[in-house]
This record gives sequence, structure tokens and C-alpha cells, in this order.
Amino acid sequence: MKAVGEESASQELQRVVGAGRRADWVMASIGLAILIVAMGTLISVFADLIHSGWPRLTDPDFYTNFPSRRASDAGILSAWVGTSLVMLVTIVIVIPLGVAGGVYLEEYAPHNWISDFIEVNVSNLAGVPSIIYGLLALGLFVYTFGMGQTVLVAGLVLALLTLPVIIVATREAIRSIPQELREAAFALGADKWQTVRLYILPAARPGILTGAIVGLARAIGETAPVITIGALTFIAFLPPAPLQSDFPYLNFEWLNAPFTVMPIQMFNWVSRPQAEFQVNAAAAGVVLMIMTLAMNGLAIYVRFRLRGRVQ
Amino acid sequence: MTSVDAVTEDPLLVRGRIQPSAEFLTHRRLADRLARVLLAAAAAVSVLVTTGIVYVLISESAGFFAHVPLKEFLTDTEWTPVFENARYGMLPLLAGTVTIAGIALLIAVPAGLALAVYLSEYAHVTVRETIKPLLELIEGVPTVVYGYFALLFVTPLLQRIIPGLPGFNMLSPGVVMGIAILPYTASLSEDAMRAVPKALREGGYALGFSRFRVATRVVIPAALSGISAAFVLGMSRAVGETMVVAIAAGQNANFTFNPLEGAATITAYIVQISMGDLPYGSIAYQSVFAVGLVLFIMTFLFNVAGFYLRRRFREVY
Repeated sequence: MKAVGEESASQELQRVVGAGRRADWVMASIGLAILIVAMGTLISVFADLIHSGWPRLTDPDFYTNFPSRRASDAGILSAWVGTSLVMLVTIVIVIPLGVAGGVYLEEYAPHNWISDFIEVNVSNLAGVPSIIYGLLALGLFVYTFGMGQTVLVAGLVLALLTLPVIIVATREAIRSIPQELREAAFALGADKWQTVRLYILPAARPGILTGAIVGLARAIGETAPVITIGALTFIAFLPPAPLQSDFPYLNFEWLNAPFTVMPIQMFNWVSRPQAEFQVNAAAAGVVLMIMTLAMNGLAIYVRFRLRGRVQ
Repeated sequence: MTSVDAVTEDPLLVRGRIQPSAEFLTHRRLADRLARVLLAAAAAVSVLVTTGIVYVLISESAGFFAHVPLKEFLTDTEWTPVFENARYGMLPLLAGTVTIAGIALLIAVPAGLALAVYLSEYAHVTVRETIKPLLELIEGVPTVVYGYFALLFVTPLLQRIIPGLPGFNMLSPGVVMGIAILPYTASLSEDAMRAVPKALREGGYALGFSRFRVATRVVIPAALSGISAAFVLGMSRAVGETMVVAIAAGQNANFTFNPLEGAATITAYIVQISMGDLPYGSIAYQSVFAVGLVLFIMTFLFNVAGFYLRRRFREVY
């Protein structure tokens, strides 16, 4: 190269370093710009919803009225009650099942092709589109088992959908526990199950809790699988209350009741051409977002608070 | 640790003796065996779910394929199962699905990669640890909310820039979906980059590389399989995304790749039929499971490819 001879070595170096610096600066700015656009989108989603839904958000009837043909009378009572009941079913099913599955895969499963198969399977399930779970529930629960379009079926389908999330969270939480804790337990004479029950699970609890909250937050907002099982959008009554004043105090009738949930109610209002219903949709969206953001915030808080307790 | 006491507090364990009672040991053995069986059963549920999905999709779509030849299903360019003169070519649905997913990936992959480079190579640890949970919030927003946003915020915005853009189009849901899955592709790519050993980076710095050069010449090539996993898994997610497209892309099957037109996707079609009142067992009804099967096969291939790509980057280092 001719230039090298003429240009002094320090000038050459300066040029290279300067070019590198510029590239670094450009790259960092691009990264920041993307970050700002992404966060800006999140903020504008929320701001737009609040702005459009304000008239209904500030109307107390919105929270205590059933859906109605008149947009100004319509409310989200049956939707938020439905969401609460469905999530109750989901939590009761998925937490024990997911944690148990995760514990087995991480602590018990032998290293063979069966465990390998289950692992690929869980990873694939985590990526199966939610609407496919809806088809599963429609074909199997609703028609083959004849369970109908009920709170129980919706809770069940959301539980299956969340299952891989809980399994993965449990496994990751357990994986981060130092091996010494297990060895110490064994040295004290504990057997496998005692070790898991008394040492591993308590130590993994923050991680599991975080994963579970994030998974359930996503389940609250899931629309597609619940629509697919044929949930109704116009529910002007509430399921029977789970608690009653006379014996046996608990009432499980609500499991077999028809229902609607928040995201379906919102979808129903968005799809209507009238602008007044879209105001309702925006207001329902705000409530839905506050629910999920609050749960995600809780997960962040749990992770932050409990991180580093067990090292 | 308070749980140390729990062992000694067990009522079956005789206090003050080194040797636990025989009764305690029997109980303990039984509990251990029972726990093992129950935990294994719980893990097996996930296999049952997959089996259930495959069984339902195949058995329900069998009726559909008994009526519609596979060739028509795969090559016909009209999808009108609810019309008088029904045609069952799924290409329009596939075109809609691929177009919208393509737009989403065009945003989510390069932006996700750049964001991942920024987070893993440039950002300070405290910045990164603050930003990652915030990014998770973007992923946590319900998709029905994104659908609303695409239809009633982004589309009107785009209509100002592109005159004549119809209210239902593929561009707007594609863009919104791209931003919605951005945190996902970014965090997968970032995981892959963080797994690259520090020594490799330091080798680059010792040669006088800038951060940018280290990122593009050392880290990205070393993390390539993990980054491809991010791409493939992002594709899987984009293809299966439902509510954004069902709300903002319209519900007419339309054989086009033009993002400025509206077109139904596979998922939007399933939603449309589910919201209607077709009788169980009719051909149109079974068609939902047939297109669902196609969707499942597509995402299955992406997911398995993603799984092995991710596992590879974990094993190398």
C-alpha cells in the first residue's frame, strides 16, 4: 500500500481509532433509538387507551353494569367477574402441576431419551400458538367430553397454555440453587423428597413465583383460546357465587356456568363499527392493561426483593 | 435457614436419638416413592397435552380432508368455505399469514439484533438490568390491546402518510406485531451473545478492535446459532399471533402479498369461524381444524429448529 509509506503511523492509527469510535457512537445511538421507539410505543398504547376511554373509565357504572346494546349503559361486570373466576381455576390447576413437572425434570429425571423427549416437548409447547390450545379445548373438552363452554373449560385451557411457562420457570429457579445446598441436606440424612420439599422448593420459591406471576399475567390477556372454545360475548348475568351461607358453604356450580372475560369483552367492542363502543373498548383495555402491568410489576418487585437471599 | 428445624420437628422422628424410628423410615420411604411417581406424572402431562393437540387436529380435520382433496386445499387460490359455492384453497390464508409475519420480522429481527448488541456490548450493567424488565412489559401487553392500537391508532396514522390505505390492511398489524415481539427476539439474541465467553471479546480488544468491531466480528459470529434461534422462534410467534391480525387485518381471505391490502390469516379465520354460529361437524367448521393443523406443523418445525439451535450455543461454551 502506498498510503502507509506517506502517512505517518500515528495518523493511520488515529484514523482507525476515530472510525471505530464513530461506529461505536452510531451503534449505541441506534440501540438507544430502538429502545426509545419501543418504550414510546408502550406509552402511546397506554396513553391512547386512557385518552379514548376516559369518559367511561370515570363512570362508576362501567364497573358494575352488564354489557348492553346501548354503549353508554354497557359495563364490564360480567367480564371482570368471569376473568377472576377463570383465573382462579387456572391457578389451582397450573401451579401444582407446573411446579411438580419442573421439579421432576430438574431433580429426578434420568438423562435418557425419555427426559430428552419431554424437554423438547415442553419447549415446543411453549411455542405452540395459543389459538391451537383453543382448538384442543374445543375438540376435546367441549365436544368429545361434552363439558360445554364453561368457566372450568376456559380455566383448564389457560392452565395448559401456562403450563410450559411454569415448568420452565421452576426449572430455571431450581437450576440456580447451588449444589452445596443439596449436599448439605443429604449430609444431614435427608432423603430425596425431604431435600426437595424442605430445601430446594423454599430456595426456588422467588424464581417460581416470578415466573408464575408473569405466566398468569399473560393468561389474563389471552383472548384467542377462549374465543375458540366459543365463549359468549353477551353475558348479562353472573355465575353462581362460589361461597354460600348454608352448608357446605362452598358452591361449585360456577364452574359449569357460561362466562365472558375481559379480553373477549374488549374484542367484542373493538369489532363494532360504532365509535361509542370503541370508547368502551378503550376503557376495558385500560382495565386489562392495569391488571397485567400490575402483575408484571409485582413479578419484578418479587424478583428484586428476593434476589440474593439464597446464594 | 429455618427449614433445618423442620426435619427434627417431624413428629415421627424420635427426639434425642441418633437413629430415627423404623416407623419414620417406612413413612419416609413411602412418601419419597409417592412423590417420585406423582412428580413424574405431572411431567408426563405435558406430553399428554401435545398428544391431545395432535389427536384433535388430525381426527377433526380427517372429516374435512375426506370431503376436500388435499390437492385443492394446497393449490386452489380461493378460500370461501362459508359461501354457497365453497372453495377450499388455503393459499390466500397462507399468503396473509406469511406477509404479516414477514413485516413483523422485518422489524423485530434487525431491531432486536441491534437492541441485543446494545444491551450486551454497550449498556452498563445497571442500565441493562433496568431496561430488561421494562422490555418484558411490552411483551406482557395483551394482544387484544395491540389489536385495538393497530386498528384505531396506527392505521389512521398510516392513512395520513399513505393516501387510500384501507381501514383493514396488513401493514399496520405487521408493524405493531413487529414491535410487540421485539423484546422476545432481543432477549433471545442477547442471551446468546452473553453466553459468548469474555475471553473471545478480550482477544478482539487486544487486537485494538472497537466495540462495534468486537460485536460484529467476534460476538455475532460466535452467537450465530443462538441468534438464528431468535429469528426462528420469532417467526413461530409471528405466524401464530392472533388477535392483532383478527382485529386490524380484516377477515376476508385475499390472495395477495401486498401489505397495503387487507387479508385474513390462518388465525384470523379460526377466530372468525369461532365467533360465528356454524354447526359442529359441518365442513366449514372442520376447516378450522385443517388450517389449525397447517399452523401447528409450521410452528412445530420452527420451534424444534429453535430448540436445537439454542441448545447448540449452550453446549459450545
